[in-house]
Amino acid sequence: MSDVLIKLENIEKSYTPGEPAAVRNLNLEVMRGEVLVLVGPSGCGKSTTLRLINRLIEPTKGKIYLNGEDVTDINGSQLRRRIGYVIQQVGLFPHKTIAENIATVPKLLGWKKEEIDKRVDELLEVVSMDPEVFKDRYPKELSGGQAQRVGVARALAANPDVLLMDEPFGAIDPITRDRLQNEFLRLQQDLKKTIVFVTHDIDEAIKMGDRIAILREGSEIAQLDTPENILTEPADDFVESFLGSGAILKGLTLKKVRDIQLQPITTLKAPVLRDKAIQSINENNDSFAILLDHNDHPLRWLDERALNRTNQPIEKSGRPIAVFIQPEDTLQDALSAMLQSSVGMSVVVDRRGKYLGCCTIESLAKLLVHESPVK
Amino acid sequence: MTSQAKTAKSRFNYIDNLNLIVTPVFAAILIILAATVWNYSEFDQTTENILRPSLLISQLWETILIGILSSLIVIAVAVPLGITITRRGYPGLKTFLVDSLGLAQALPAYGLIVVFYTFLGTGMPTAIYALALFSLLPVLRNTIVGLEQVDRSVIDAGRGMGYTNLQILFKIELPLAIPIIIAGIRTAVVINVGMAALAFLVGAGGLGETINSGLKLNRPTAIFIGASLVAILALVLDFLGALAEKYLKPKGI
Repeated sequence: MSDVLIKLENIEKSYTPGEPAAVRNLNLEVMRGEVLVLVGPSGCGKSTTLRLINRLIEPTKGKIYLNGEDVTDINGSQLRRRIGYVIQQVGLFPHKTIAENIATVPKLLGWKKEEIDKRVDELLEVVSMDPEVFKDRYPKELSGGQAQRVGVARALAANPDVLLMDEPFGAIDPITRDRLQNEFLRLQQDLKKTIVFVTHDIDEAIKMGDRIAILREGSEIAQLDTPENILTEPADDFVESFLGSGAILKGLTLKKVRDIQLQPITTLKAPVLRDKAIQSINENNDSFAILLDHNDHPLRWLDERALNRTNQPIEKSGRPIAVFIQPEDTLQDALSAMLQSSVGMSVVVDRRGKYLGCCTIESLAKLLVHESPVK
Repeated sequence: MTSQAKTAKSRFNYIDNLNLIVTPVFAAILIILAATVWNYSEFDQTTENILRPSLLISQLWETILIGILSSLIVIAVAVPLGITITRRGYPGLKTFLVDSLGLAQALPAYGLIVVFYTFLGTGMPTAIYALALFSLLPVLRNTIVGLEQVDRSVIDAGRGMGYTNLQILFKIELPLAIPIIIAGIRTAVVINVGMAALAFLVGAGGLGETINSGLKLNRPTAIFIGASLVAILALVLDFLGALAEKYLKPKGI
């Protein structure tokens, strides 16, 4: 189901005639159920673009379509009740309780009281807040993270198809931000809302976005693509400089371990004889082997030198394998496991802990070099 | 709740309610003083004439009427005016009005009443209109400040969720501005009741007559009783204003 839900057509916004427009001839399509991130340097017009969608800012020229319907000229307040809106400063009404805040749009739409009460409880649960504890509190009694949870709940209250989010996690400390981002992504998996998300933080854009629009001044789209494609094939110098150094490293967070070819390494199943072990390492031309237990769980790295030290039982030779990764982990996890391991490889196991293979720096490099543009 | 939070909260409440304690205390002291003077002074015939209870009551009533009516006019004019000029598109008008009303307040009330007299002649309306103009500024200024101090992001969120402009005004801006607007109204009421003592100048009656007679006929007791009644009235009305401020202030702010 990838039909267009929001369509901006030749949108232009100028504040003072004669001066360059804040938004120049913007064409943008947002697909149903996707998270589209607008990202760009400050002053590029990304917030303006967002506010043009729900007509908090009226476009000077152009057309806006929502679900095929031309909403350029319908009543702005009516339009906004159909679209969720979350801002960086949260903007909870300080004189209303949390429940009343969340009930804002349902009340505007004339829902029945019982329906509203039920919805408020439901939404507080959705954003992991206990309704009994928080319903009757006032916004000043909340922490920043809690306030933004309520802000998201309030935006979801009337179950809108579209959610506009203007740097929603921008004013929250990094640890809470990370948690809220993860919770939000999990939420979005169930809700499948169509979300336009504004941020100036490229890392957040890569993490949150199904597609990213990198904007330059005048809200001109420099590149609109999936995070993977933007990272591996930046359209021009502007995009490249905006991604900053380490675009390849950022790309590691987007790929999973299962995407790469695992390297087979000599494995030895305990119990094993010393001579047999040395022999198989040599046969395979490896410098070491992995010792597995009877359930195929990897135990230790064994190299020839450790094996030659005969004063220890073979289960105590070599070095223990401390970090394992799984196919669902990102390549960034694989890289960090590799750096932690004593032999420069990370061991991949399945969900039950069974050995699957090894991930080496070569296998990472192969994937990245293959996909990177020729420099 | 931690004990630290509790202490902070109870101290906050104490400061919050201070004006609800101080004003009645002052009023009580004044009432006791006035009653003492009334009971223990030897009144000569003239003083007795000036301080006839029936006369005092009617003057007190006139003072209340002048103070309240002029304050009601102030509210009816200044609050809508403040709302209008804080809507978009009137930045020049705002500066002009605040400045020119500042000028009205800079004039002595005495002069203002006389100026109104030359247009409207004697009578209570003259005094009421003059006082209304005189005390317009505090209410207008507090209405403007009250509305402008509302967090822009709260208004933005309201608009973003589909509140109309009127709903934003009545459901967000005014509730959040109410404490500041009421503070301005309290100031205006106290000014108006105090200045109502000058209403006798244009034949509008009020306790000013007793004070004036006391002055003219050199009867300090009469002056004191008259002035005390004006002050007690102002304090009582200010106390009522403080109560209104406390109970009309929305919870949560």
